Amino acid sequence: MSIIQFKRTFKHFGDLAVLDGVDLTIEEGEVVVLIGPSGSGKSTLLRCINGLERITGGDLIVDGLSVAGGPRQLRQIRQEAGMVFQQFNLFPQLTALDNVAFGPRRVRGASKAEAEVQALDLLAKVGLRDKAHSFPSALSGGQQQRVAIARALAIKPKVMLFDEPTSALDPELKQEVLNVMRGLAEEGMTMVVVTHEMAFAKQVGTRLIFMEHGHIAVDGDPREVIDTPPNERMKDFLRHVE
Amino acid sequence: MTTDWSIVLDFLPQLLAGAKVTLIIALLGIAGGSVLGVVAGLMRAFGGTLLNGIAFAYVEVIRGTPIVVQVMFLYFALPVLAGLRIDPMGAAILAIVLNAGAYIAEIVRGAVLSINKGLTEAGLAMGLPYWKVLLHIVGPLAFRRLIPPLGNQFIVSLKDTSLFIVIGVGELTRTGQEIMSANFRAVEIWTAVAVLYLLMTGSLTLLLRVMEKRMRIL
Ligand SMILES: Nc1ncnc2c1ncn2[C@@H]1O[C@H](COP(=O)(O)OP(=O)(O)OP(=O)(O)O)[C@@H](O)[C@H]1O
Ligand SMILES: [Mg+2]
Repeated sequence: MSIIQFKRTFKHFGDLAVLDGVDLTIEEGEVVVLIGPSGSGKSTLLRCINGLERITGGDLIVDGLSVAGGPRQLRQIRQEAGMVFQQFNLFPQLTALDNVAFGPRRVRGASKAEAEVQALDLLAKVGLRDKAHSFPSALSGGQQQRVAIARALAIKPKVMLFDEPTSALDPELKQEVLNVMRGLAEEGMTMVVVTHEMAFAKQVGTRLIFMEHGHIAVDGDPREVIDTPPNERMKDFLRHVE
Repeated sequence: MTTDWSIVLDFLPQLLAGAKVTLIIALLGIAGGSVLGVVAGLMRAFGGTLLNGIAFAYVEVIRGTPIVVQVMFLYFALPVLAGLRIDPMGAAILAIVLNAGAYIAEIVRGAVLSINKGLTEAGLAMGLPYWKVLLHIVGPLAFRRLIPPLGNQFIVSLKDTSLFIVIGVGELTRTGQEIMSANFRAVEIWTAVAVLYLLMTGSLTLLLRVMEKRMRIL
């Protein structure tokens, strides 16, 4: 069943069409890896899915709801689409545990005890149960990003959106985050991932999309299109990423 | 004339009464100014064109004029303009409310806008309504950043009360002036007045330090 459907979707910033009539259908269980040059619209595409950016034309359906709907509908969509940011964006005044328990408590209205039990489980899942009572400032970048993933999972989304989740990390810390993401994919989570990690794309991705100027230029099997890019600009791009 | 510190004791009750008036003006003024400042600051940060414009005009008028002129206006000009009679004490408190409010508005606005936009997005992305993001994420973080500059403003406002000597409020500076003009004991009296101000601002500083310590400033 399709969970995300771009229907000739446009996103303009002023006169600039950052999404230029995108058509794209993502099925449940897919792990879509999104690549492309800087400014091609990858982040914008991701952020339109959960309405952090509002589309300016066409339609975009997430789990049966249009992102063009009202505030209530938008909040509903956001509870189905968790997001992980490049800069982690953990709440600095809250411990890892409270960061993860925050969503269930404030969004879903869970009790403190209930939210904390679930949060501990999620922290265990990302390998950070022992850091439950640490503040973000006391965690490494990789640990912070894993907490951020646990926080996004806590609202029980159907889709996870990742915007360059390892780009702010030192090379030796990237792998621990990618491993958590691989685990999620293996559990069957639907994922849309903007990343430059081509090894991850090949091993974990079920589909690879190369974006250019707000268009989808290439859409195919990750191993096939990475090994033999069907397009000159993608070949160039991959040379720069390697 | 030799200095004679024992005369300070004779006038201490009078000076303490003056200090009490100073404290009353400062505390009521700061309390009112904080409420006004938070409202105006939030209008600046989140209001549409109209609300933002109103708050901006208020802040600019207050910041662009001396507080002595403000209190003179409240006390002498307002009765003429609006037929509102206001006693010196009322004018003094209102002047601090309006004056501190403008500076606190800028402090609040700055603190709120200094909070990383990514945190707001993280909150929104979970499906929280914007007001809950402000209440549970931005608000608590901004509050911590508010404390140091707010403490500074409280001390400034407390000292500003001495300017209300111009409308004859019996606060500490005015009291010192009155004693002085009767006995010319400048050294003793002004020293005593200064020490009393230091005690008040010092206690305020201490209180703020404790608050800062208790809250991790992030
Ligand atoms: N809020 C905004 N206002 C105006 N223009 C914007 C805004 N956000 C993005 N853009 C523009 O939209 C285009 C696409 O931006 P986007 O962030 O989606 O690119 P990207 O593919 O994610 O790039 P990168 O790899 O650098 O992250 C860029 O030209 C950018 O300047
Ligand atoms: Mg981007």
